[in-house]
Amino acid sequence: MASTETTAKDKDGGDLAGLEAGLDALETVQTGRRPLRLTLREKVLPPVVAAVLVLAVWQALVSFEIVDDPTKLPSPGAVWHVLREAWLQGELLGYIWTSVSRGLLGFFFALLIGTPLGLLVARVKVVRAAIGPILSGLQSLPSVAWVPPAVIWLGLNNSMMYAVILLGAVPSIANGLVSGVDQVPPLFLRAGRTLGATGLKGTWYVVLPAALPGYVAGLKQGWAFSWRSLMAAEIIASFPDLGVGLGQLLENGRNASDMAMVFEAILLILTVGIAIDLLIFSPLERWVLRSRGLLVKG
Amino acid sequence: MATTLAQAADGTEAVTHAARIEHVSKSFAGPAGQQLVLDDITLDVAPGEFVTLLGASGCGKSTLLNLVAGLDRPTAGTIVTDGRPALMFQEHALFPWLTAGKNIELALKLRGVPKNERRGRAEELLELVRLKGAHGKRVHELSGGMRQRVALARALAQESRLLLMDEPFAALDAITRDVLHDELTRIWRETRLSVLFVTHNVREAVRLAQRVVLLSSRPGRIAREWTVGIPHPRRIEDTAVAELSVEITEELRGEIRRHGQH
Repeated sequence: MASTETTAKDKDGGDLAGLEAGLDALETVQTGRRPLRLTLREKVLPPVVAAVLVLAVWQALVSFEIVDDPTKLPSPGAVWHVLREAWLQGELLGYIWTSVSRGLLGFFFALLIGTPLGLLVARVKVVRAAIGPILSGLQSLPSVAWVPPAVIWLGLNNSMMYAVILLGAVPSIANGLVSGVDQVPPLFLRAGRTLGATGLKGTWYVVLPAALPGYVAGLKQGWAFSWRSLMAAEIIASFPDLGVGLGQLLENGRNASDMAMVFEAILLILTVGIAIDLLIFSPLERWVLRSRGLLVKG
Repeated sequence: MATTLAQAADGTEAVTHAARIEHVSKSFAGPAGQQLVLDDITLDVAPGEFVTLLGASGCGKSTLLNLVAGLDRPTAGTIVTDGRPALMFQEHALFPWLTAGKNIELALKLRGVPKNERRGRAEELLELVRLKGAHGKRVHELSGGMRQRVALARALAQESRLLLMDEPFAALDAITRDVLHDELTRIWRETRLSVLFVTHNVREAVRLAQRVVLLSSRPGRIAREWTVGIPHPRRIEDTAVAELSVEITEELRGEIRRHGQH
């Protein structure tokens, strides 16, 4: 009796297992990495072509003397020359490092303050009602507005720069987290609760990881705000004792009526801003989205 | 008030019910004042029993399941369950930031299973739902049927004596659903779990359950019950399943017709 039951069950089970394996194989989508050649052609080539076009137009403006005043528009060659000189004198990396170290350190502090603040606003109703609107309103306030009060309160020093970065970046980071938490599907919260993830455990194991895409988007924007605020602060509050960052370089160029130096500074500010985003924030965002199957290829 | 059996009474009561639902009513504040969704439901699920709750839309079957799961409180009446029930949804509700295996391990972790045992236990559960080797797979890499099986494994990881299922196969294609019916029956018989399964699909109810409970709509009341004596393994196309399904469908249609008359 027992043996017949086992054989019957095994036979049935074997059939079912085979059927299921077949279904799984049919329904599983094969995914693979894009070939490098395709990435180069579709992702790298277009921006390179665009940059070359801009350079060509710029050179043409100078060569055909459409703009023939070098104090208004220096030639690409003149800007290149200034960059080369700064590099050869060993000053270029110094300018960049002064600004980047300020920017990243300020961003790091903004992260430490913005994250718990965002969590508080997202999870505590009273706090949200009290400061939620101000926090999102602050995002539309140009951070350059904070420079004069910061100079008066803190003087012309590094703390003033950090204060301006914080005021610019904290609202972005906090708001990113708030919208991330708001967009957590209620189903995840219910599923978490039935698994026993309530209270702080629920926040740690369900809410925070589910809110990660929104949070990372907030970080990305927070960095852009940090960098912008810092440049505003460096341009307005340039002071020899503070060391020469990219903002000061731009201001020095203006004072010396050296348009090539102004262009050099603008190019560097743009390049650093893009480079940090490309090296840190975009890969982070892509990784978060890809691991959740949220990144559509193509 | 939902309490667990361990806390209930004086501890002398033997575990004779996986769930005991007594005179439970539930109303929600609606546009036309308080709306009664569930009216005086009394239902027991015995240990190891498979019960399906069947009803048309608006019968409050999902509401009842939420009450039993402890996600909401009844307006009146009591619900006693043997420990915290596991719950499976129509959507898989797996966490997309974790792999299939880690989803199961999270359930184990929240239940207090020590770290060094979690991996092995998760592998065992994946093997039980025939997904051996899927531990490292991301949720989006799995098909609909595979996701529901991982969700089932995660629910089983809770080691609850009662499994609540809220139309878990409704979003799947017919072939996959049929296979998962066989799977669920096999796992239910192996684990001797109690299952309370909500559906609007009569054949599904008859194919799976030992007892089918029909709910009327607006408000949800228990209209009728059938004991299903058809021996396992059952098939969805079995004559016995079809005959009982016809009878139940007639009753269900009658319930729905009543709503068109006033």
